[in-house]
Amino acid sequence: MSNLWPRIESLLPRVEKPARYIGMERGSVRPEHHPGKVAWLLLYPDAYEVGLPNQGLQILYEILNERDDAVAERSYAPWVDLEAEMRAHGVPLFSVDTHRAAGDFDVLAFNLSAELVFTNLLNCVDLAGVPVRSAQRHPEHPLILAGGHCAFNPEPLADYVDAFVMGDGEEVIAEITEVIGAWKRSGRAHREQVLHDLATVPGVYVPSMYDVEYDGPRVVGVTPRYPDVPAVVDKRTVADLAEWPYPKRQLVPLVEVVHDRLNVELFRGCTRGCRFCQAGMITRPVRERPLEQVRTMVRDGLRRTGYDEVALTSLSSADFSGIDGLVGGIVEEQTATGSVSLSLPSLRVDAFTVGVASEIQRVRRTGLTFAPEAGSWRLRQVINKLVTEADLYAAVDAAFSQGWRRVKLYFLTGLPTETDVDTLGIAELATNVVDIGRRYTKGASATVSVGGFVPKPHTPFQWFGQNSVDELRRKVSLLRDALRRSPAKVRWHDPEASFAEGIASRGDRRIGAVIERVWRAGGTFQEWSEHFSLGRWLDAMAAEGLDPDWYVTRHRTEDEVLPWDHIAAGLHRDFLWQDWKAALAEHGLPDCRWTPCYDCGVCTGYALEHVVAANVPPAGGSQGTGQDLATGHSVPVQLLPAGARPRSGGTGARVAG
Amino acid sequence: MRGDTGHPVRLRFSKRGPVRFISHRDVARAFERAFRVAEVPLAFTAGFSPHPKISFGPALAVGYESDAEYLDLECTEEVDETRWTAEVTAALPEGIAVTRVAPLADRAPSLQEEISVLAYEVVLGGIPADAVGPVVADLLGRASVEVTVSRKGEARIDDIRPSVLALHQPRPYEACVVVEVATRPRTLRVVDVVHGLRAVAGDAWPIEESRVRRTYQWIERGGARHEPLDVDRRSDARTLEACA
Repeated sequence: MSNLWPRIESLLPRVEKPARYIGMERGSVRPEHHPGKVAWLLLYPDAYEVGLPNQGLQILYEILNERDDAVAERSYAPWVDLEAEMRAHGVPLFSVDTHRAAGDFDVLAFNLSAELVFTNLLNCVDLAGVPVRSAQRHPEHPLILAGGHCAFNPEPLADYVDAFVMGDGEEVIAEITEVIGAWKRSGRAHREQVLHDLATVPGVYVPSMYDVEYDGPRVVGVTPRYPDVPAVVDKRTVADLAEWPYPKRQLVPLVEVVHDRLNVELFRGCTRGCRFCQAGMITRPVRERPLEQVRTMVRDGLRRTGYDEVALTSLSSADFSGIDGLVGGIVEEQTATGSVSLSLPSLRVDAFTVGVASEIQRVRRTGLTFAPEAGSWRLRQVINKLVTEADLYAAVDAAFSQGWRRVKLYFLTGLPTETDVDTLGIAELATNVVDIGRRYTKGASATVSVGGFVPKPHTPFQWFGQNSVDELRRKVSLLRDALRRSPAKVRWHDPEASFAEGIASRGDRRIGAVIERVWRAGGTFQEWSEHFSLGRWLDAMAAEGLDPDWYVTRHRTEDEVLPWDHIAAGLHRDFLWQDWKAALAEHGLPDCRWTPCYDCGVCTGYALEHVVAANVPPAGGSQGTGQDLATGHSVPVQLLPAGARPRSGGTGARVAG
Repeated sequence: MRGDTGHPVRLRFSKRGPVRFISHRDVARAFERAFRVAEVPLAFTAGFSPHPKISFGPALAVGYESDAEYLDLECTEEVDETRWTAEVTAALPEGIAVTRVAPLADRAPSLQEEISVLAYEVVLGGIPADAVGPVVADLLGRASVEVTVSRKGEARIDDIRPSVLALHQPRPYEACVVVEVATRPRTLRVVDVVHGLRAVAGDAWPIEESRVRRTYQWIERGGARHEPLDVDRRSDARTLEACA
């Protein structure tokens, strides 16, 4: 088949950062294609430097290439300069591994991590020479698949993606390969046939196998067209991460990328129960990787990649059982062999976590980031981010007293029940944080980062009407005014981008045509402020006769069919609705790892259980233990002995071996 | 490189093929990772934020190949040559290879200070092979060749002629030139040499650079040119015998 390299090579001297397109990363492979093997092209529809580090894509790349019946290569969205050259010279989308034309693969599988990349998916399909609409594709065209967190509302791309995969991909990818392999061997006669077969694989949703019924603007039903196609598609969940120690050969890029370091996943899932957080809701239950496996992955990974930094990733890394022992061990082992820095990308807000951070960051203590998310205790109970002011101040005090000079604070604005008291609370917290810092160092600073809240499917806030652009703008100005004389700096996310994200986040099948219009009008790379314009989205909505406010700012009702109701992340709809009501009543909900099960539906529905190395809560801070801490800078940090007896009462947790 | 307690070494390496599209900075990072993978005993700077003692020669533009890149580094103990040429090369990106090594004298002047001549082979587009000779001769015959160069984002007129130390067409059947440029008072860029050729050719040929390979770097000392590996070699008992 075609190797496009000579043609690509002649275009590269004319574009920015040409090394994004050469492949050759340490850990990459040049697989041997064969008619008997299913050829996967794994795509991340954003710039190489954003997509390359994606762990999900790297895991599937390895697993597929280890199989006898599959090969996998990678591709990323070409930046606008190369795209223009490619279109001018008739060069199609290509893989970076062997520079093979995307159209020569059997499957183009997209990772969807954010809604604003949807237009890039269409652009990549088009650059591959494949019709963008599923209905216009023929048997010789590759199948277009998509997975990742945004697949949990597949409807906006339902007319463009042949099949969506829900949840963890490690296991289901084998079943999909077998279905496509069989179709290939049978001569690829009818596309409908392979799509129907895919629709019967658990975890796979094939939108063309379902009819959507509307009543005016409302979706009133989504029904399968065949009896063997499931009415509700459940996500896939890997029960035990220990069986999947991937990536074993993390890719080492030749150019700088985001998260440019060794990344080792500590656990998947999170039961903190933050009500705004889709990732936490759809990845339940908590599944920890055994401590020894983490150590091995860190040791081997550092040796193989040559990185001098490792990040222990997960949704709340400090919650990993025995995190302090783990980081202590890694730091000791690595200090012996050379200087390696360790990072925990998702710090919990308490002094214990800062203690862990200080152990791993013995040098270069410049900035630490905390995410209280809301400006008042009342609102933090609404969103179930149960961080007290005492927790925050203790964490910040610990940070400044141990040599950090800069603290970054992340907040959301536009949350349910939010009033100006809450918004001004952000300013007060930030001012107090700087005051605490100045007790230790004159150069202490705090940066407040504010993002506009976009309600997400499969969360208790899926019924909430998002704040309008004007309202978000007003709140940001209120905050800026309040901090005008303060040494704390404010940064904010563009409210217009949040609005566009809101259109796609809870959109139904009709939003697909809007995405196509935005793409056709040149709206690629919508995650990049220099390429984003809300005007394109509003024009497209108007052209399709759709009301943006109906999709974005409208509160949904309990009886309303939501466009993603036929997709299940395991959470009972009743549970989500109760949790939404609890939010409005300002009731917090404790973490079910360490308190009795409140039956959100995931463990019971899928016969799963939490896999944790110790079922005692982590030490330190009310967020960890539920204890109320005294205000001030002394924080009781009690390290519980390893292997402590499980508490009675049944937490539904299994101790990992 | 300050020798002090360590073992300074100078490496020569090549950069060929698709990897030519990575930047000077990317090459530096690739070496740091490769040294760690090959477990080279690097010496680190003292202080708050220790970093390995590595310093590179003049940067190579993105997209250019090279047979002759250099870097100096300091190790805490002696490392034999195959460790560099085999193990470090294996840990480097495909297309970058350590080709020779020499032990370096204590306090040898840096590559950046010492390299004074850069040689390139430049494949030209926009002009047939048989038209190259006359344009080259024309340029060499002029006392000054003014071109608009971009320096720190600003356009200015510069006379490039004094910095063109040599220029010839190595093979009559190919539109290609070998050029040697001075690094002082400032390094003349290949792109500006090509602009000079185009300025001389006038409207006749829209000359452009098609493919560039750095072939040599020279250190001039006492009126003679030296290969950078052959000057400032460590001559005491700690010399690596293998580096002939």
